[in-house]
Amino acid sequence: MTYAWLIPVLPLLGFLVNLLVGKKVGKGFVTAVAVGSVTLSFILAVRLFLAMKGADGHRLDLAYFTWMQTGALTVPFGFTVDPLSGTMMLVITGIGLLIHLYSVGYMHEEEGYYRYFAYLNLFVFFMLTLVLGDSLVLMFVGWEGVGLCSYLLIGYYFETDYAPDAGLKAFLTNRVGDLGVAIGMMALFAAFGTLTVSGILTQAGHLAPEVGFGFLTFATLMLFVGATGKSAQLPLYLWLPDAMAGPTPVSALIHAATMVTSGIYLICRLAPVFQLTPTTLTVVAWVGGLTALFAATIGLFQRDIKKVLAYSTVSQLGFMFLGLGATGFAAGFFHVFTHAWFKALLFLGAGSVIHALHHQQDLFKMGGLKSKTPVTFWTMLIATFAIMGLPPFSGFFSKDEILYLAYLKSPLLWVIGVVAACCTSFYMWRLMALTFWGEPRDHHAYDHAHESPKTMTVPLMVLAVGSALFGFWGVPEAFGGHFAIGEWLKPALTFGQLHGEHGHHAGPAIALAATSTVLGVIFGLFGWFKYKDGLAWEEGFIAKFPAVHRVLLNKYYVDEAVELTILGPLRWFGNVCWKLFDVILIDGVGVNLPAALTKVAGDFVALFQTGRVRNYVFTMGLGVAALLYMLLK
Amino acid sequence: MTSMTFWMLAATFLPVAAALLLLFVPKENRKVFEWGSLLAMLVSFAISVPFFFAYDRGSAAVQWAYAAPWISALGVKFSVGMDGISLLLWLLTTFIGPIGILCSWEAIQERRKEYYIWMLVLQTAMLGVFITQDMFLFYLFWEVMLVPMYFLIGIWGGPQKLYAAIKLFLYTLAGSVLMLVGILAIYFLQKKVTGGYDFSIASFQAMAPVIAQQAKNWQILVALAFFVGFAIKVPMFPFHTWLPDAHVQAPTAGSVILAGILLKMGTYGFLRFLLPILPDATKQLMPWFIALALIGIIYGALVAMIQKDMKKLVAYSSVSHLGLCMLGMFALNPWGLKGSLFQMINHGISTPGLFLAVAVVYDRRHTRMIADFGGLSKSMPVYATIFMIMTMSSIGLPLLNGFIGEGVILMGTFQAYPWAAVVATTGIILGAAYMLWMFQRVMFGPISKVNEEMSDMTTREVLTFAPLVVAAFWIGIYPSPLMKIMDAPVAKLVEQVQPGFFKAEALAEKQAAAAKLGMKGNAAPAHHEAAPTEHGAPAHEAPAPEHGTGHGGGH
Repeated sequence: MTYAWLIPVLPLLGFLVNLLVGKKVGKGFVTAVAVGSVTLSFILAVRLFLAMKGADGHRLDLAYFTWMQTGALTVPFGFTVDPLSGTMMLVITGIGLLIHLYSVGYMHEEEGYYRYFAYLNLFVFFMLTLVLGDSLVLMFVGWEGVGLCSYLLIGYYFETDYAPDAGLKAFLTNRVGDLGVAIGMMALFAAFGTLTVSGILTQAGHLAPEVGFGFLTFATLMLFVGATGKSAQLPLYLWLPDAMAGPTPVSALIHAATMVTSGIYLICRLAPVFQLTPTTLTVVAWVGGLTALFAATIGLFQRDIKKVLAYSTVSQLGFMFLGLGATGFAAGFFHVFTHAWFKALLFLGAGSVIHALHHQQDLFKMGGLKSKTPVTFWTMLIATFAIMGLPPFSGFFSKDEILYLAYLKSPLLWVIGVVAACCTSFYMWRLMALTFWGEPRDHHAYDHAHESPKTMTVPLMVLAVGSALFGFWGVPEAFGGHFAIGEWLKPALTFGQLHGEHGHHAGPAIALAATSTVLGVIFGLFGWFKYKDGLAWEEGFIAKFPAVHRVLLNKYYVDEAVELTILGPLRWFGNVCWKLFDVILIDGVGVNLPAALTKVAGDFVALFQTGRVRNYVFTMGLGVAALLYMLLK
Repeated sequence: MTSMTFWMLAATFLPVAAALLLLFVPKENRKVFEWGSLLAMLVSFAISVPFFFAYDRGSAAVQWAYAAPWISALGVKFSVGMDGISLLLWLLTTFIGPIGILCSWEAIQERRKEYYIWMLVLQTAMLGVFITQDMFLFYLFWEVMLVPMYFLIGIWGGPQKLYAAIKLFLYTLAGSVLMLVGILAIYFLQKKVTGGYDFSIASFQAMAPVIAQQAKNWQILVALAFFVGFAIKVPMFPFHTWLPDAHVQAPTAGSVILAGILLKMGTYGFLRFLLPILPDATKQLMPWFIALALIGIIYGALVAMIQKDMKKLVAYSSVSHLGLCMLGMFALNPWGLKGSLFQMINHGISTPGLFLAVAVVYDRRHTRMIADFGGLSKSMPVYATIFMIMTMSSIGLPLLNGFIGEGVILMGTFQAYPWAAVVATTGIILGAAYMLWMFQRVMFGPISKVNEEMSDMTTREVLTFAPLVVAAFWIGIYPSPLMKIMDAPVAKLVEQVQPGFFKAEALAEKQAAAAKLGMKGNAAPAHHEAAPTEHGAPAHEAPAPEHGTGHGGGH
């Protein structure tokens, strides 16, 4: 296991090499370094994963050195490989590798090729640090680091106006969340006196239910605030749709498959602590459920293909949180896992379409691409089946498990989830129909359309296999399985303690699953029928319900509301502070006014210092006269 | 005098010695002044480095101490020496010195001789402040420092240099005079109690118990005199308005030194005098102090956000960052104080870096207005990278220095006043907002013709930044060496301000452990008993000041 540290360090080296010399050497070299480093790190990750699987209790603790040591705090620098982090590690390096390969084709014309790959490698490094870190501090380093990479990659097209704006928005929104994590960490430190994950979990296990749960609830809520930032939940989801300004493979890797799931990962990592705070879990479930529905409705009528997928991601992340909140940590994580495959595939497929149409992202200008880009079409079709939850594609099992647990938590949550799932089916089939079916609505672009090169289609096919099959890892008991992934994750999620997951009762499970699946299919078919021949239905809808359409298209005007209620007043207040307090009150009244008065007084007194003898003689005469008068009176 | 003491004095007085030599050089010899002053600074830095390694981390005592009688009738001694706190700031000063010289070579085009001589004099005065162990000597250095700065701004400054220079001078002088009143009040009290005159800092600190028995109002007045004196220098809200003017008008090196070192004089004063000498009054005034620190954090950030001039923006960011530094200090616990020290050092690295970054484009375009730039990443990629590192360092991204400072401060503040820590975090969010917004408007977006023609950084410019970048990463990645230096003196300070702090903490921990055991009958007791050693905290058992000894040895 001595090689384990190489897994994150190799991409870091790739970053350094490409950043320093990438501009001067050719693209071939950049590719070799970037893809090579991730390939090696993937191979090592597989080895490490197998070693962990063979290890006692499915757990490897790799301590390297003491990073910080002061007072009561010791922060070791080490990695923890267990089923949870091990699975994530494989997803990051595996899907990361596919997306690196895909990018070789997608970005080959870019001037900033070296910069792009450098940042992408750096992202892999930080993401692995976040996942493998054995202390909250190290995880936080990764947490902030992926945020930085996200910022850099969203703003990749820095010569535009919109991309840097989107990057800034992402960074700042995440900052709000990050400080939630920071405060949560401090609170956990105050409660447990340690910041290592294992230390916290051990102590949480010893905690009697009466001890300071209010405080612990505060800590977990703060951590959840952080999760809403990174994983784009209400109310901090605003940055993710804008983040689509980055290159499409980035959207696939960072803003769909890996980084945005780190909020869920964080909660899973600390699952035993969250178990102790049911209030927080209820909040998590409701925020997740509402986000799933809210974002899905916005996705209904977006015109930009990437925007649809972005809101879909927000919505799917909501499902994951819904699962966590319903104490289905394994179910939530299962959805992270399946979603990573089908959403990465959807984004890469969208990228392939955009590539084929020379940077056209508007669904209304697409159409009829089925025969032009067959690989893209078929793979995206599989991903669509997966996301709408059609059995036996992967999304079916993970989403079904979440909805089932949501039902146990509160039937209303189940309803919300099912409505969100119906919206999902609808907007996905709308997207598919507008892209691949019907008449081409932009003939020029259509005529020049072509299937993407092999480096792009091969990753699509690999991801399609994953999207189709990986659901079988978690077939629930109701369908004759035994939810293997739950068993697999159990040591990590419970940390060997008693309170665990919900038991799995068959009960209404099959009826619930059937209901949601059938509804999903109906809405999917509806979407497909209405859009496969063009835009007529949507135009009719706009004519009939203009207000509804406008509100959904404009995302409920939340951005505008934030500008009006938060950003605007902040700037206004900044101006007040500066111009009223600094300039007028402190400097004006406090500093310059006394100075001016001093000057006036000085000038006045100076009047008597004329330097003319006759004036002095005159005043002296006056003085003498006055004295004489007083003496002789 | 040991040889180490000799070298400490050598590093401190070498710049002024070089200045004396340069006096005799004809003013036409540009190279002699530039290289000569750089050399003096570099040698001074080189001499100072071994002190980092030689410092005995286990001891809180003043090391390399030396005292010679000077004005015996008044109890004034030439007394020098350093503890960990002064050592770190002293090293920061020798470190920033060469950078200040190097960034002036092209920017200063007139009256070079006087310029470099003043820079050297300033350096010695600042170094002197940190090594002195005598109040009188301290006051001397503190005042001397002001003169070169006044001339640096007044002669080589921008369009409103005189206003700025006089404002700086009057503000600081007002603070100094108040501080002098405070010093004299304690000086004469000391005479009344002990019957002798003694200006040594140690004797002033030893007065703390006597001061604590004086009338409340007297204590508070003396504390306020010190407070205002130092708060002006820091500067804390509402004494800060001299700073933006001084920064905007000062030549780049002036801003670098002002931000890097001069402001730390104020924070150092708090640590050295107000806290240990007047702990009771300080604690009484604490709610006000904390309020001012918090206002400073948020106010500075809000005002920075709407600035149109890059230099002014960075200047206001200093107000915000130092507010955080003060907040950490006012937590009065080891975390807060260490974080505060880190923040002093970090601010001394990041903010000079940012001023240098502004200077790079100012030297090329003679404007600092954000709106005049845009898209510079395209024409100046190296500059973009370095500017980004400095920005990230300033907003506290992990693996860079700012993160350590902010994190440790928040930890400490959270222990003492959780709500204050939560409020402070809004300042950190705003910090990212104004820095990145500026960065974006300067570096990203469409590029104009005139900006497209700007040349990237020269080797000299890169060399000016290099030490700052290295230091930022070093502190960010491996802060332990610095932390070890702080351990013992900070523990001593905490014990001075909050006697029995460590005992109380250890007791509370034991009680908590016992409570846990009681409630959870079957929990493994071994775990809790092992807790203190497991967390590596012998600090909790040993009373200060010997406290640090066990600490350093333990690890």
